[in-house]
Amino acid sequence: MALELNDTDKSLITALARGLPLVPDPYAEIGRRVGLSEADVMAAIKRLSEEGLIKRFGVVVRHHELGYRHNAMVVWDIPDDKVADIGKCFSKFDFVTLCYQRPRRLPDWPYNLFCMVHGRERQAVLDQVEELAKKCGVDHPRYDVLFSGRRFKQRGAVYRLAPEPPKAEAAE
Amino acid sequence: MNAPRARRGVETVTLDDTDRAIINALQGGFPLCEEPYAEAAKDLGISEDDLISRLKRLLNDGALSRFGPMYHAERLGGGLTLAALKVPEERYEEVTEAVNALPEVAHNYAREHALNMWFVLATETPDGIQEAIERIEEATGLTVYNMPKKEEFFVGLRFEA
Repeated sequence: MALELNDTDKSLITALARGLPLVPDPYAEIGRRVGLSEADVMAAIKRLSEEGLIKRFGVVVRHHELGYRHNAMVVWDIPDDKVADIGKCFSKFDFVTLCYQRPRRLPDWPYNLFCMVHGRERQAVLDQVEELAKKCGVDHPRYDVLFSGRRFKQRGAVYRLAPEPPKAEAAE
Repeated sequence: MNAPRARRGVETVTLDDTDRAIINALQGGFPLCEEPYAEAAKDLGISEDDLISRLKRLLNDGALSRFGPMYHAERLGGGLTLAALKVPEERYEEVTEAVNALPEVAHNYAREHALNMWFVLATETPDGIQEAIERIEEATGLTVYNMPKKEEFFVGLRFEA
């Protein structure tokens, strides 16, 4: 369900991909880079957010560096007819930062619901997992908690939709 | 553009109460107005300069990886998936190197399970995912378990720093 994007949208998305400029007038600054007015940049961001293309706008935290050293991918085998309800229930808990339904890969991988749980202590993560099972009514929970070992790479997705636009002479 | 990230150590970044308030307040949204930092700073009870310099520091220290939009990759026309490998312990380093050599690999974590290597593939087109998987299988001789999302259950963002 990719949306049709015009070239202006693409330039803007690329220009914003590494972050909002840390200057007092960041939207004007982005506009100068892509040849748009400040008002056009703001209108485009608003539209892209409404269309769901921008999921959210704000800080992207590194959990580990903030002291949440125990990050676990908690994976569940949930009956297919219940997975939507239980997924919605899990996603309401503060300590769940991501929650996805994914395909099982039998026989090695029976799990179809994945959520990320971060905690400062390992036991805290395990307690939270039990809380999820209990409060969301997972009967006879079948799950696994995959704590992370070393992080070998974290760069985030790179979005390159259009060549870096040439700097406009002036926004207006 | 956000400040380039400093080399990350294994240390926890030290935050003061104002840093925490900033992180907690700026996860979900940001004002769309001519001077958004000034506007956001007002709500936090600090000055615009203070907010900007703290964000720069948090990015530099590695507490934040970015300040800006999170895109919906599939709606941008790109491909995105989570994939795993069952890597024999003695080959872990070599396989890590081979996997991370692909620019499509966005993050790569070791996890405690028979499927012990987990990584995200992000590609410019949906077809790019299959191509990347084939290249990884060729380079490592291992089977890639591809687990693209079927459904996302959206979490509110209220990560407590």
